[in-house]
Amino acid sequence: MHELSVASAVLDTALRHAEDRRVLVVSLRIGHLRQVIPDSLAFYFEIVSRDTPAEGARLEQVIVPARLRCGGCEDEWDMEGTPEFRCPRCAVSEVEVIAGNELEVDSIEVEEESECIGSK
Amino acid sequence: MHRVKVRVVEDALDANNTIASANRADFDREGVTVLNLMSAPGAGKTTLLVKALPGLEGVRPGVLEGDVAGSLDADRLADVHIPVTQLNTDQGFGGECHLDANMVRSALPSLPLADLDLLVIENVGNLVCPAEFRVGEDARVMVSSVTEGEDKPLKYPLMFRACELVIINKIDLLEHVDFDLEKFLYHLEGVHPGVPHLLVSARTGEGLEAVRDYLVGLASRAGAPA
Repeated sequence: MHELSVASAVLDTALRHAEDRRVLVVSLRIGHLRQVIPDSLAFYFEIVSRDTPAEGARLEQVIVPARLRCGGCEDEWDMEGTPEFRCPRCAVSEVEVIAGNELEVDSIEVEEESECIGSK
Repeated sequence: MHRVKVRVVEDALDANNTIASANRADFDREGVTVLNLMSAPGAGKTTLLVKALPGLEGVRPGVLEGDVAGSLDADRLADVHIPVTQLNTDQGFGGECHLDANMVRSALPSLPLADLDLLVIENVGNLVCPAEFRVGEDARVMVSSVTEGEDKPLKYPLMFRACELVIINKIDLLEHVDFDLEKFLYHLEGVHPGVPHLLVSARTGEGLEAVRDYLVGLASRAGAPA
């Protein structure tokens, strides 16, 4: 349910970097741990971007798996399903999150006036 | 017309975090420690504050009350003579479900910071969005009540991982509800290893002393002038 808030934050970030140019694509890297539902985010992005230079822009979402490392045995694994920050091998709970917390605007594609060949 | 790719690589919440840092600097300058208190709707945040804040030893508390609409909670705090400022979020798209750094910033001029040691920001009741938005706080604490069920840490790990203390409220109801405390604590430890918890009934007063001790300790944390 926090996709609306995330969509607004993504839109603001994209528009700031677009500097008034029309935005065609917004590429995101979203960590699994952020609990973002891609369809829901796309839905809200379409709504919040209306009447802005990003209206109609395509949202590309790359979901980054949650990768954890055990502080005890240094084993690494991807967390799937039930959120458990315990090592499945030695049950130690000093685990480090290596990836999966991202909520990042990676890049945007914008439309630019073509320079006229031969003009000064 | 042609397409240009612009590299951004920026956290979508950077803008919020920048304002949160500015808030934090203002709070530090005034020597006020700030607690961001979060929970689901109806977990008992306001009752807890009404019971725990009056008469805190050596600490002058105040509350910034975040609600979608109305001032019911603020009125309850004003009744026990706690300075309280109401912040309504209903100007947003259907009423924002959380406080963000900018909303808190807009409330700064109406907060009596010079007269406070501890400011509790009572966030909008919601187990998801408030976890994403820092507001300039020193600490984040959540209230989880036994009527919500023992599976909540597994369903809302973002929130349970965001806080430094979990206050388990309404323990006077333990014998009346199907809440397995042991299972809750097991899930909590799995989601946020090592996070401390307090067992409390804001209604009967059980466990409140530990909450008050925590608040007094929090108020004296670094950031406040000596």
